[in-house]
Amino acid sequence: MDRGEVVGIVGESGSGKTMTALSLLRLVPEPGKVSGRILYGEQDVLQMADDEIREFRGNEVAMIFQDPMTSLNPVLRVGFQIEEAMDAHNRFTKQQARERVVPMLQRVRIPASKERAKDFPHQFSGGMRQRAMIAMGVSNEPSLLIADEPTTALDVTVQASIIELLRDLSRELRAAVILITHNMALVASLCNRVVVMYAGRIVEEGPTRAIFKNPQHPYTWSLLRSMPRVDERSHERLISIKGVPPDLAKPPSGCKFHPRCRFRIDRCFHEEPALEEVDPGQLARCWVLMKNVRDPEAS
Amino acid sequence: MSEATAVTPATDPTLRSALVRVEHAVKHFPTGSALGRAVVHAVDDVNLAIEPGETLGLVGESGCGKSTLGRLIVQLYPVTSGHIFFKDQDLTKLHGEKLRRIRQQVQMIFQDPYASLNPRMTVGDIVSEPLGNFGIARGRKAEQKVQEVMRVVGLNPNFVNRYPHEFSGGQRQRIGIARALVLNPTFVVADEPVSALDVSIQAQIVNLMEDLQEQFNLTYLFIAHELAVVRHISDRVAVMYLGKIVEIGPSDAIRDRPLHPYTKVLQSSVPVPDPDLEAARKPILLKGEIPSPVNPPPACRFHTRCPIAQKICSEVEPPLEMKESGRFVACHFAGQL
Repeated sequence: MDRGEVVGIVGESGSGKTMTALSLLRLVPEPGKVSGRILYGEQDVLQMADDEIREFRGNEVAMIFQDPMTSLNPVLRVGFQIEEAMDAHNRFTKQQARERVVPMLQRVRIPASKERAKDFPHQFSGGMRQRAMIAMGVSNEPSLLIADEPTTALDVTVQASIIELLRDLSRELRAAVILITHNMALVASLCNRVVVMYAGRIVEEGPTRAIFKNPQHPYTWSLLRSMPRVDERSHERLISIKGVPPDLAKPPSGCKFHPRCRFRIDRCFHEEPALEEVDPGQLARCWVLMKNVRDPEAS
Repeated sequence: MSEATAVTPATDPTLRSALVRVEHAVKHFPTGSALGRAVVHAVDDVNLAIEPGETLGLVGESGCGKSTLGRLIVQLYPVTSGHIFFKDQDLTKLHGEKLRRIRQQVQMIFQDPYASLNPRMTVGDIVSEPLGNFGIARGRKAEQKVQEVMRVVGLNPNFVNRYPHEFSGGQRQRIGIARALVLNPTFVVADEPVSALDVSIQAQIVNLMEDLQEQFNLTYLFIAHELAVVRHISDRVAVMYLGKIVEIGPSDAIRDRPLHPYTKVLQSSVPVPDPDLEAARKPILLKGEIPSPVNPPPACRFHTRCPIAQKICSEVEPPLEMKESGRFVACHFAGQL
């Protein structure tokens, strides 16, 4: 990922999208283990010492969670919690941190922010709590913001305003943003690049436009046709994906998606394909690829 | 207020007939405050009718009263005032055995396929329980009926002895649907039946519900917060805001030209999975938050947040009037946003 880029990680529950994000912060719960390399600039996150990783979290990377109520401390004032987030790191002095609280609330468009800074979380609505969480996340001017289902718990009209806010902030801060979601439409709205996950693997990734207009993995293709659209013209039957996502304790052999795939061939049963470039910048993990399927809607 | 002769959605002349008719339904819940008796105005003077064989979608944001309205219609809650007619019988006047008899024809599918199935009962027992309750079938005959309905909803009938925890969310929702269908109901209220499911599974359940409707000539009230899903499955859509229906009409007409500003705002808020359209979409952002249903704003309840509100909106409540054939809107400035 580059600065200013907004990447969407999409997948269903259990596909590994949240674990991917937690791995970046080395926050995977025990007994989980992360191997491989996670490079931030030149530095490998997995090799950082404890004090380095503490500074990395919060200072360089901030995370926003799905449920803003359980992520805020109910007995502390909202303004104090934002100040505390800055105090925990060394970017600002105590004095600076205190002075930054109200401007941060203003930045996330909380009206009467001077007064609202003295409120407790329960005095905020769901949407305002999420704004407060975002204020806390960006208070240390991180270069990477990870938003894990930031609007799933919110009503659609509130969701729309949070998405607008994230869009504005990514531009203002020139920060990279990772949006983790199960909602393909949100990705189309906010992201330049999309990563589609299934059963712990990236099955497809590429520029947003390519993924939506020309998906090559059968899972991406099916997912896009399985949801009704609000602008739906004619009543077409939804294309459903048969079966259920696999149990990752005993994942299927070969391609992880083959038990549910309507385009599978013999090879898919026992050989897992690699993630390979199918078009400039677009990669897919599939032996078949949608461009080779004639009249996919008919099958 | 409207005169006694005014046309309401309950007396919509464009409907052939009404299987369900809701007239001036009100539901107030007292809230436990020691100071004074506050009430939550969950449903306030709702009128609607549902034609046999159609799907009426009911959308709105959390707390708008859509689930409460669904529960009033199946009489899981008594109304505070008003009437619920099913096949021209006023359910609010029926009690005991007579109401129970009707319930056989009126079934419900719930949102949470985890909480709505008893974890200590086998699937066979869950699905056959209604048969026993209504004395329809027992023993071998009940077993046959259960296996038949399991097949219909796409569950393996050999799984009758399994427990709910052995099934995935989508399969559990099928069990809930089987339980509702085993009595051969005519009317089914589905309260957010796909919201708790993964995207790839939602389509399975939506398709199943459409197939079952055709096969058994079912009438649905489909309640959800997601406009896209509601519109997909529904012939007509009703939009609720703070306990009131603000707009009701055919799905296609509402999609092409929403008349109530709130409907328009809802529609503009939903992203579509198309990056080109998304680049052009401008959501209409509402000011403020949803007011408390304990103390709803006077006159038009939406006026505090409406982008086109005028003085009259805070003074005179707009009645839910038929503005066009089969389209009812409660707004002084319908179609002007």
